[in-house]
Amino acid sequence: MNKQTPLIELKNIELAFGGVKAVDDVSIDLYAGEVVGLLGHNGAGKSTLVKVLSGAYQADSGEIYVNGERAIIKNPRDARTYNIETIYQTLALADNLDAASNLFLGREIVNKFGFVDDDAMEAATRKIMGRLNPNFSKFSSPVSALSGGQRQSVAITRAVYFNAKILIMDEPTAALGPQETEMVAELINQLKADGIGIFLISHDIHDVMQLCDRISVMKNGKLVGTERVEDVTDDEILAMIILGKNPEKKS
Amino acid sequence: MKKSLKKFVDAIGIDMRLLGMIGALIMLWVVFDLVTGGRFLTPRNLFNLSVQTASVAVMATGMVFVIVTRHIDLSVGAMLGFIAMIMGSLQVYILPEYLGLGHWSIWIITVIVGILLGALIGAFQGWIIGYLAVPAFIVTLGGLLVWRGAAWWVTQGATIAPVDVTFRLLGGGSSGTLGDTLSWAFGIFATVAALIMMVQSRRRRAKHGFTPKPLWAEFALGGIATFLITGFVMIMNAYPLPKGAVKRYAEANNLEVPAEGLFISHGIAIPVVIVLAIGVMMTIIATRTRFGRYIFATGGNPDAAELSGINTRLLTVKIFALMGALVAVAAVIASARLGSVGNDLGTLDELRTIAAVVIGGTALSGGIGTIHGAIIGAVIMQSLQSGMAMVGVDAPLQSIVVGVVLVFAVWIDIVYRKRAGL
Repeated sequence: MNKQTPLIELKNIELAFGGVKAVDDVSIDLYAGEVVGLLGHNGAGKSTLVKVLSGAYQADSGEIYVNGERAIIKNPRDARTYNIETIYQTLALADNLDAASNLFLGREIVNKFGFVDDDAMEAATRKIMGRLNPNFSKFSSPVSALSGGQRQSVAITRAVYFNAKILIMDEPTAALGPQETEMVAELINQLKADGIGIFLISHDIHDVMQLCDRISVMKNGKLVGTERVEDVTDDEILAMIILGKNPEKKS
Repeated sequence: MKKSLKKFVDAIGIDMRLLGMIGALIMLWVVFDLVTGGRFLTPRNLFNLSVQTASVAVMATGMVFVIVTRHIDLSVGAMLGFIAMIMGSLQVYILPEYLGLGHWSIWIITVIVGILLGALIGAFQGWIIGYLAVPAFIVTLGGLLVWRGAAWWVTQGATIAPVDVTFRLLGGGSSGTLGDTLSWAFGIFATVAALIMMVQSRRRRAKHGFTPKPLWAEFALGGIATFLITGFVMIMNAYPLPKGAVKRYAEANNLEVPAEGLFISHGIAIPVVIVLAIGVMMTIIATRTRFGRYIFATGGNPDAAELSGINTRLLTVKIFALMGALVAVAAVIASARLGSVGNDLGTLDELRTIAAVVIGGTALSGGIGTIHGAIIGAVIMQSLQSGMAMVGVDAPLQSIVVGVVLVFAVWIDIVYRKRAGL
């Protein structure tokens, strides 16, 4: 599997905020149809690392390769042109707008006069929501009026609607009940089958063990190590997260 | 009863806040009319009210975008003074030298230069706010002092008068109106346009298979629109020109003035036409363009807008440039109405504008606001002021009342929003 070119390669990424190294010389990669879990304590640098990839932050040094080619990502717009989509932990929804406006924010459907076509966007939103979350019905209310799970489904829909090749999910199930969490898990498996590469940030080790192919553990901005899920036990992962200790290789 | 009213309102699709504002306005008008013994709701007073509101209403539409994106513009009054001064000197001192006094193109050049200058000043302030990250409050507070001072410098404080004859029409004096025939044409055009838009929106939604509004609701809405437009035209046409103006009109049109006098209608004032045109334009920008969508998204959640790939800094520059251009339009109306440009033109207009926008339901916390709300807010503010002047309320008491009403209106709005769960 590792013979092919990785979909995404982050090489020696460094980023400091006022002297504190939030991300310190981290290299990770991601292949098509693979889920890589990013684990670590709060403040370990996971979110910061993926924000470099999604264009929210710019690395001080290091390189990003997409399909083996050097990619320059200076802002979220650049990331979108590389088909990198992100579901942020905060969801990043404009609460005062409805689901369709949020889904198409920055990529509105316009008619031939250049005016936004709300009806077409609502129709498209109804269609995709019908597949992802059939219970969703509040299409004309602002998303502030929606439940946590519904808001999450808007954010997820937005990320998968525009032919994402690389998906970053920052705590996608944090606000969800068990049933909705199950739905997200199903969605991840489906996207994986479609050949999309996913970075999954999560605190829930069970989630990660179930959904991921590989896991990368970070501590204090540094990469502790990357392991295949089938090669490690829960306890070994915990040791990596808490102690920053790599499992002993059984050769 | 209460339930059926709510059902009716929901079906028509007007929000309760708009209805509340219109209710407050009507109440205000009726009370003033009773207190003044029927002098308030006369064609003459309503005509004057419409003209007096115009300048602030134009600025209020631009201020909606500024406040929706969580900014503020305290400099609009001073900017209005400065731009009016520049336009005044241009049309009175400079252009006549090259083109000759009263040349037809003087007013056009003046207005274009004014709007460009306004957009430039606005863009400059917006650049400081967006790219240098100085808070809008500070930048425009500085702007208030700078442009008021600059206005004085243009003529060393001297008042410029009289402005160009054609330019004057834009202020809506006795000749700056459409007259009865054109007013009717305007009214019919507006009605037809409104009805066509409703039909098209219904067709579009039907095409995508959404459940449409009940047909009776569409008819009710169309009926209300037609009634309001027709009523407005009739009232404006019911206000005759004064004797002197009739004489001039008769001479210009080779008419004989009979002994009992001629009834020549004012019709809709030109500045009111300008306000309505700008109101429609700004509503289209707010609801049907990407620019407008990004304004509201940025106001609702600036981080989300940024992460969605919206260039919020450039957006800020554009919003303030648009605000500046609208200040120039307001400056045209204000100076044309007076026929002269004094150094103090536009003083305190920033506060009137902000008050109109806030009374019109725009939230200072961002993300929420409408253009029509701001215009109605401007009408409410102006009604309050003219009404009190007509009743004979002392000037100090007038400002006390306006201040109290402003705070009260915003409090009501906050209570309403909490109840409605917005």
